[in-house]
Amino acid sequence: MAKEGLGLEITELRLGLPGGGAEKNEKKRVFSNIAGDGNISTAGDHKKERKSQVVGWPPVCSYRKKNSVNGLESTKMYVKVSMDGAPFLRKIDLNTHKGYSDLAVALEKLFDCFGIGEALKDADSSEYVPIYEDKDGDWMLAGDVPWEMFSESCKRLRIMKRSDAKGIGLHAKSSIKGTLKDG
Amino acid sequence: MNYFPEEVLEHVFDFLTSDRDRNAVSLVCQSWYRVFIGNCYAISAERLIARFPRVRSLTLKGKPHFADFNLVPHDWGGFVYPWIETMAKSGLNLEELRLKRMVVSDDSLELLSRSFVNFKSLVLVSCEGFTTDGLAAIASNCRFLRELDLQENEVEDRRGQWLSCFPDSCTSLVSLNFACLKGEVNLVALERLVTRCCNLRSLRLNHAVPLDTLQKILVQAPHLVDLGIGSYVHDPDSETYHKLKSAIQKCTSVRSLSGFLEVAPRCLAAIYQICLNLTSLNLSYAAGIHGTELIKLIRHCGRLQRLWILDCIGDKGLGVVASTCKELQELRVFPSDLYGVGHAAVTEEGLVAISAGCPKLNSLLYFCHQMTNAALITVAKNCPNFTRFRLCTLNPTKPDPVTMQPLDDGFGAIVQSCKGLRRLSLTGLLTDQVFLYIGMYAEQLEMLSVAFAGDSDEGMLYVLNGCKKLKKLEIRDSPFGNVALLTDVGKYETMRSLWMSSCEVTLEGCKTVAKLMPRLNVEIINESEQVEVEASPDDRQKVEKMYLYRTLVGPRRDAPDFVWTL
Repeated sequence: MAKEGLGLEITELRLGLPGGGAEKNEKKRVFSNIAGDGNISTAGDHKKERKSQVVGWPPVCSYRKKNSVNGLESTKMYVKVSMDGAPFLRKIDLNTHKGYSDLAVALEKLFDCFGIGEALKDADSSEYVPIYEDKDGDWMLAGDVPWEMFSESCKRLRIMKRSDAKGIGLHAKSSIKGTLKDG
Repeated sequence: MNYFPEEVLEHVFDFLTSDRDRNAVSLVCQSWYRVFIGNCYAISAERLIARFPRVRSLTLKGKPHFADFNLVPHDWGGFVYPWIETMAKSGLNLEELRLKRMVVSDDSLELLSRSFVNFKSLVLVSCEGFTTDGLAAIASNCRFLRELDLQENEVEDRRGQWLSCFPDSCTSLVSLNFACLKGEVNLVALERLVTRCCNLRSLRLNHAVPLDTLQKILVQAPHLVDLGIGSYVHDPDSETYHKLKSAIQKCTSVRSLSGFLEVAPRCLAAIYQICLNLTSLNLSYAAGIHGTELIKLIRHCGRLQRLWILDCIGDKGLGVVASTCKELQELRVFPSDLYGVGHAAVTEEGLVAISAGCPKLNSLLYFCHQMTNAALITVAKNCPNFTRFRLCTLNPTKPDPVTMQPLDDGFGAIVQSCKGLRRLSLTGLLTDQVFLYIGMYAEQLEMLSVAFAGDSDEGMLYVLNGCKKLKKLEIRDSPFGNVALLTDVGKYETMRSLWMSSCEVTLEGCKTVAKLMPRLNVEIINESEQVEVEASPDDRQKVEKMYLYRTLVGPRRDAPDFVWTL
């Protein structure tokens, strides 16, 4: 092996690489290890499969991925949103939002008032409290659970005035249900 | 020594084939008005304008191709604002701007609309960062606008009044494409716009335009050449449908059809008449058209040259394409089932049928469940004219299911037969052998995309050594390391860019390239949340994502924290 300058460096680097044939086969299996082997059974387990996909595979551009109507995927998730003091309710499609901050921006626009964003970010300081009715009919404080869980269980939203929640004690980030017991 | 990299000059002189001629001419002639810049970071706006002060039409591309597949973080770069700002300040007479994979803010659109009196054409492809407010600025201020073409952009929709911003005095529109917009548009404004723009030849609507509006529009614009239908949902017995049918019959100039974002397939008979003359058909977003309805439609399209379709067409459907569309040159078959729930789609059979029936085929993008060497060899024999060949098996390391062999020989046949091949994407089980073939035979190859392929550095070296015209090489999840990276670093200055992610190159290897080649930007994208990496990055650590490209202007100043330019 040549010893001048670059040649020597290459030699050194080669020594540093994990060696040999064993690596090659491992690399080839990497995809199936990442994505999960073999046949995917239940069609109903749609969401679970999505999580086991390799990033960027298949190589379909993200616009197309988002706009591929899969029949099952095309459902819109409209929920009513009420805000205390506002004369009428609005509706939003939860599916079009990627997360809580996205939702906050949308709600801000709908009700043209700037407390909402803060409410969703920091429950303690804002004038408003965002709550939602879940599948069980319980009223929950928005923001506790991951976005996907929230959007799947949310049936309607209410932007409640903190003053209406007097006596409930929202200083802790626990759900309203828990504190109601005490109060 | 003052020279311009190829990407600037590529498209300026079509008739000069020798690069040295083109470079030489550019030194004396400053009157170029159409400039193409394949990498916005290869050159600065200032230098461009200094060199070509009479630029009227500019094409700019930003993010690397793999950004399409979410491999590049959101705020990596590619901002158009500085370009527009500089061009505005220099008093340039900009008329056309085409952007791909760039970040376009509303401010940029606003500035664009106010700075160039003669601005005529805006084409945005796979861009992001703007809202309909930006479009409103374009509509309001560009008095001579001829073309507003939005292709597959992520646009935040703000309640659709942007269309109403086209003043009554605007009659110059020739092309309007807003199919990618999510929200409502003002339908009355749309109808009036179409009515007063008698030169309108291309119109692509979004899903929010209902059928009765479409019908009214077609009555006003029977000379359309390119039509994108948004929503096509109606009752076949309704009066609207009958009116639509007669309106369509008068649209004898339509040659290109797309959309059908929402569709009631039983009503497709109304468009059969248009199908007879179509040269281009894009049903890749028309998930609602499948089965027998789709086949029936295709059977009317005897003159098709370009077809984009979903894989639910199936192998049998491709057989119908093969027997009907004898003039076919470009075929793209996209996956309809992205999450692999298991619906069989297309296989090698469909492709073989197409190759047998459509000898003029020169451009292919094909997502399939499996591929065989025998099929590829047959395809290579039937269609020696491929200039673009992109194959994607949904399982990227799947071997030939018949022989259980890698697909080396199949792709080898393609590169050997298709002497004009300029672009190639490979998948399937692939060893270093396929790269040996590519290096040996793919003499015209300019762009190569590799994923989960190869065994060793030799593979990548075959390509770097053999493909003299290589411009863009992008590799992911393949076992190529520092030896391949460093053997011929001079090669990278002859290329536009190299992308390597999840490979074996280390930080030290990348640093070496950067040190040896000052005219390259070597960027490491490090998204890991470990802050400690900053403190003392281990040179032996593998680099997750590396993007290097030649440039005249050194490291860019707008790189975010997670991008290190070595």
